[in-house]
Amino acid sequence: MRYEAPETLKSAVTLLAKEKGLAFVLAGGTDLLVKMKGGFLEPDLVVDIKRIKGVFDIAKSATGFRIGAAVPGVQLGENAALVKAWPGVVEGANLIGSKQVQGRCTMVGNLCNGSPAADGVPALIAANAKVVISGPKGKRTIPVEQVPVSPGRISLKKGEIIEAILLPKRPANSSDAYLRFIPRTEMDIAVVSAAVNLTLDGKGTVKDARVVLGAVAPTIIVVPAAAKALIGSKLDAAALEKLAAACAAACKPIDDKRGTIEFRTKVAGVLARRAAEIAYKRAGGK
Amino acid sequence: MSGVHVSTTINGDAVEFVCNADEPLLDVLRNRLGMTGAKEGCGTGDCGACSVTINGRLVCSCLVLGAEVNGAKVGTIEGMAKGDQLHPLQKNFISHAALQCGICTPGFLIAAKALLDKNPDPSEEEIRFGLAGNLCRCTGYDKIVRAVQATAKEMRGA
Repeated sequence: MRYEAPETLKSAVTLLAKEKGLAFVLAGGTDLLVKMKGGFLEPDLVVDIKRIKGVFDIAKSATGFRIGAAVPGVQLGENAALVKAWPGVVEGANLIGSKQVQGRCTMVGNLCNGSPAADGVPALIAANAKVVISGPKGKRTIPVEQVPVSPGRISLKKGEIIEAILLPKRPANSSDAYLRFIPRTEMDIAVVSAAVNLTLDGKGTVKDARVVLGAVAPTIIVVPAAAKALIGSKLDAAALEKLAAACAAACKPIDDKRGTIEFRTKVAGVLARRAAEIAYKRAGGK
Repeated sequence: MSGVHVSTTINGDAVEFVCNADEPLLDVLRNRLGMTGAKEGCGTGDCGACSVTINGRLVCSCLVLGAEVNGAKVGTIEGMAKGDQLHPLQKNFISHAALQCGICTPGFLIAAKALLDKNPDPSEEEIRFGLAGNLCRCTGYDKIVRAVQATAKEMRGA
């Protein structure tokens, strides 16, 4: 295996594009190194992107936040402006692993690992976040939900690197929340998860909503019918009931040792309802 | 396999080494530099026995490549005591019997120090969450939590 730590995105892209063998990007390494250690992956080339300018930056601008590809979880939690604007995004990312893992793990890595149970991803999708991709043919920007294709597979082409995540500017009275079910209190893989992003009008009626579920299908899924159930409501019991039913209807989970189909389908609605209530309160609704 | 030449700082000392491209920092510390304080429990980031800091961030050294720490500042358990003077955490781990076999202890000390550096007055829950990435099969954790609480109190001068 070769290790390269280029100082520009361009040279990182070139290294990855030209490699004939198996090549991987290294940022936090909390998935990659585990797979290497277990013998599941034997890379010919690892490209460490952490020497590239800007990869550790969280930049706030008129259009929102730009989060560099190597920003670790702990750094997200330390950024007060980001936590205030996108508490759900940060709480999702901060649920990944231990404090030691938080010192390294990145949202981009969590996304590129391609797991439908990724804690860092549902709230990003609920937020309408995008990723900036650099590749041999230049840059492109796509919605986060277009990155995962199936368990462990993503849509990036050879030589492409996600250089940053873009979170849009927040309208007034907006907030988000992320919840997952695990059988312990921390450090586990989501059995089911839900992210809800809401915008309210001045009177507390939901103007805009986005509901996303994790670990209930081959990829993380957006549930438009669940969002529709909330829009126009003040999160009354009937709206929440409709939300839960829409979530249950959208689930196509598997049965495994962590949860049955029946359990996941039921709990998806429960978590979505609770996440909606948290997001609603955070957005200033009463 | 070609060697990677790395210049780094460990516990304030300039250190140079050559390692394999896929060699974890933990193996470099233990096998090349003779710093055997960090332990390998799982090798996959679950147990925290190999905890070190890199540029002030708590990490598992088994999930870092040696090659990555070029130009970085690494902190290990070997740098915690100042000569013969043990760190208050080390003293309290001993006086509270917060260890038995001792394999997990260096990792717990590094993680506990990282916790207290950030939060000098943690609640019991914050201590338990802060140390959730460190596994101990001897103590049942309670004595470790008490030792950290005692240290926090002592270091705050309370």
